[in-house]
Formats: sequence, structure tokens, C-alpha cells
Amino acid sequence: MEYLLRRLLWTLPVLLGVLTLVFFLLHLVPGDPVDVMLGENALPADRALMRAELGLDRPLATQYVDFLRRTLSGDLGTSFGSRRPVTHEIAERLPATMELMLGAMAVAFALAFPLGIVAALHHGRWPDHVASFFALLGVAIPNFWLGPLLILLFAVHLDWLPVNERGGLEHLVLPAITLGTALAALLSRMTHTSLVEVLGEDYIRTARAKGVPERTVVARHALRNAAIPVVTVAGLQVGALLSGAIVTESIFDWPGLGSLLLEGIYGRNYPLVQGCVLVIAITYIAINLATDLVYGWLDPRIRQE
Amino acid sequence: MNGRGTQGARRLWILLALLGLGFLAPGLLAPWIAPHDPFALDLALSLAPPSAAYPLGHDEQGAGIFSRLIYGARISLMVGLAAVTVSAVIGVLLGLVAGYLGGWVDLFLMRLVDVFLAFPGLLLAIALVAVMGPGLTNVIIALSALGWTAFARLARGQVLAVRAEEHVLAAQALGAGAWRVMLRHILPNILAPLLVQASFAIAAAILAEATLSFLGLGAPPGTPSWGAMLSDGKHVLLEAPHVSIPPGAAIMGVVLAFNMLGDTLGDLLDPKRKR
Repeated sequence: MEYLLRRLLWTLPVLLGVLTLVFFLLHLVPGDPVDVMLGENALPADRALMRAELGLDRPLATQYVDFLRRTLSGDLGTSFGSRRPVTHEIAERLPATMELMLGAMAVAFALAFPLGIVAALHHGRWPDHVASFFALLGVAIPNFWLGPLLILLFAVHLDWLPVNERGGLEHLVLPAITLGTALAALLSRMTHTSLVEVLGEDYIRTARAKGVPERTVVARHALRNAAIPVVTVAGLQVGALLSGAIVTESIFDWPGLGSLLLEGIYGRNYPLVQGCVLVIAITYIAINLATDLVYGWLDPRIRQE
Repeated sequence: MNGRGTQGARRLWILLALLGLGFLAPGLLAPWIAPHDPFALDLALSLAPPSAAYPLGHDEQGAGIFSRLIYGARISLMVGLAAVTVSAVIGVLLGLVAGYLGGWVDLFLMRLVDVFLAFPGLLLAIALVAVMGPGLTNVIIALSALGWTAFARLARGQVLAVRAEEHVLAAQALGAGAWRVMLRHILPNILAPLLVQASFAIAAAILAEATLSFLGLGAPPGTPSWGAMLSDGKHVLLEAPHVSIPPGAAIMGVVLAFNMLGDTLGDLLDPKRKR
């Protein structure tokens, strides 16, 4: 309980820092953000209206306090293009991003466990080297290259899978592979290292000495323990997925939060950009917090630290 | 040196040679070794396939892809080195100060690191470039704003490990000032892990520049950046895949090489990993 409280309290200053940074984003716009958004030929009345709407006509400290108050009460401002609340636009796009991330997670685990297990069971021999090479490749391959290559192969040449719209499961396959490959590579390396370490433990030797079949030793005794750090890293890597989703969504025209952010950037719709950045960062903080808490619950040693 | 060490050293030299020949040399020598002007546009040759004179064919504007690829190495190299240099200088200085002084300074600086790390992956860089406007200088600023945290954390941790060693205590006892102790007695002893980190950071910065340029937030249109080349190729993927394949392969090769360099340096420099 004390661990939980401490961990929660730890998050508060970070949250405040994130809000502060996002607030100052708008003030990093070179020149006058109103000019940038409306163009230099805008009418003075329109200009004054937008300045008032963004609160830019008030002192910085007032703007800051007001921004904190509004954001904490769940108001992220109004999107310029549609004149709708930013929160509504984000809420519409969030499910698509969640679907993409879950798909990518599934791809990552489906690839990482078999690769990592094979590599660990043949440690130092050729299956290990092949798996390690794929892992290195998977981390280095840019997802904005992998995506088009997958489209070219599976959607154009082989015509197996559809591309460029959200729909049934078959629409999810290519974007999920594109987003999940880097994570798969990382997790397969983790599985490999973790399993090699666990297989050297005394209780594995005991199980083998008792005459437990090798399959059961690996599946029941080793893998369960080896999986704990892998699952933790997967949780902490959700951030990389969140940020990778921005690129993946732009390749596949996936109507998620990432493409919404890019629409905001290309349209100089700063409230929308601020809102998306804030929601993505807070989601990330929440997932990290959840991962830490679950890990602390699984492994009592963490709580003692 | 044991067997593994020699093997590691050999691997290091092979990697450095590959990196030099495949990336650094083309990057530095681009104006002399590129067979054609990367900015020479000829719409008559738009999307023309590879030929003897133009080994990788032409892009949509009719520029030679091979020459643009060579010039692209220069941009990746420049952005990667600049961003990592700025990140490392800022990060290491703050990390040294946090680790050496401890107390409130440490607490504040490390919470600041936490705040920057609360933005997943490239999000903060994307947001910064989005408001500052595209361009390679802004990309370098954004990537440095992102990159310093890793160096700061690493340097701080290393300082904590070295701070109580006898040669540091001796320097303090002899009346050396804080900066002198940090820069002359601590920094040289923590350089090895920082070098390993720098190698990984260059890979990450090159990938990040390519990502930002791919999204249209990095290099201005027409610049032969690998990411921008991929972005141009995206529109003509179906009729001319030869536009997209070379820059992507180049990015992957360089990122792979710097990651492997980091791994190898780590093996060679860290006595604990050299079992």
C-alpha cells in the first residue's frame, strides 16, 4: 500500500512538468502563432478574436494557471478546422489507435516468444545466430520502409490482404506487423536472455534431476519465470508503440490519434496538436504506472526498494 | 587479452571499416564521388528505371537516385553527429552536476529527466518541430532536446559509482574545486559507457531524422535526405518501387551498423560483460 502511494505521488510532479512543457509548446512558435494560423492577410478583428480565444492577450502567468485549470477539468480547447472540442475529436480517433496497438502487441508476442525460445534452447549454435540476426534487423528496419514493402508484397503482388482503410481483421494485419516488428525484435532478445538465465537456475536442475521431461521443464518451470521481465519490458515499450503509431497510421491512412496529430500539425491547428501530445503523454504515463504497479505486485522484492 | 576480447576487437575493426567505407566516406566525399548532380532535375527521365549510367534509376523529378543516396549520407551524418554532440555535452554536464552535488540539484534534474521521458519515443521531437517549423536545424534542436536525458541519467549513475573512489577523494583532499574534480578526475573514468551510449544515440538520431523527414517535418522539399526520398517514393510506390527501396535499405544498414558498433564497444569496454 505504501509502495502504491509513493509511486502515485512520484507521478504528480512529472504530470505537472508534462503539462508545463505542453503549455509552452505554443509559445515556441516563431513569431506570432495567430499570424501562422490565420495567415498574414487576416482581418484584425479575426486576429483579435483568435488571440482572445487562445488567451494570448493575457499575461503569461494567467494563461498558464488557466491552462492548468482547464486541462485538469478535461477541457482541451477547440479545434480550429471543425470548431469542435479537441476532446471529442480525440475520443473519436482513440479506438483505432488502441486496435492498432493491440494488433501490434499480438504480432510482437507471436513472433518474439518462438524466436526467443528457439534461440535460448540452441544457445550459441546456428538457430541462436539466425534469431539474433533477425532481432538486430527488426530493431534497425525503419517502419516507414517496412510498411510500404509489406504493401508492395502482400497487397499488390500477392493480393492477399487489403490496404488503406480500417475494417475487419484482415485490414489490421499489415499495419500491426509494421508497428509490431521492432517490439518483436526487442522482446525476442529479452526472452532469449531471460530464458538462458532461468535455465541455469538450481530449480531447473532439480526438475531435470527428478526426471521431468524437457518439454515440461521449459514450458512449466522455465518459461513462466522467464516471461516476467519480458512482459514488464513489453509494458514499458508501449510508449514506443504509441509514437510508432504516428508513422504507421500515416502510411496506412489509419484513422487514429497519430494521423489526427499529423493533421493538426499540417493544418497548424495548435490546440489539436497540444491536445494530442498531452493525451498521448498521459496515456504513456498511466501505462508505465500500471506496469510498475503490476510488476511490484508480481515481484515483492520491488516493493522493498 | 582473452580469446573473446581479440574476437571482439577484430569485429570492431571490421565494423568501423564497413561504416567508414559505406557511410562516412560517401558522406564526406559526396561532391567528388557522386556520379551526377543530385539536384539536376530532368522531368523527361521521371521515374526512369536503373540504367548503366544511373545505377539506381531516377526519382519522380528525374534526379539520379544513386547520387542523391550518396548526398543523403552527408545529411544523416551531419544531423546524427550534431544532435548526439549537443545531447552528450548537455546531458553529461547535467549528469555530472546531479551526481556530484546530489541533494536538491540532483532531485530537480532527475525529475526534469522524468518529465522529458514521459513523452514516448519521438513524440516530443515531433511536437517541437511541429511548432518551430520544419528544417534540419530545428530537427537537430528537437533531437537534442530528446537525447540529452539518456546521457544525463547514464552520467549521473556513473558518477555515483566513481564519486567515492580514492583518487577522487584524494583530489578533493588536495583542495581541487568541484568543476576540476568533475571534469579532470571523474569524467575520464566514466567515458567508456558514454561512448557506447553515443554509438546507439547516433543510430537513433539518424533513424529519427529520417522519420521526421518522411513525415515532412525535417529536411525541406528537394533535399536529398533518405527520409524525404522515402516520402517522395511513397506516392509512386506501385509504379516505381525502385525509388523507395535504396534509401530504406541505406537507413537500415547504417542504423544496424551503429547498433552493432555500440554492442561491440559495450562488450570490449565493460569488463563485466567480457566473461
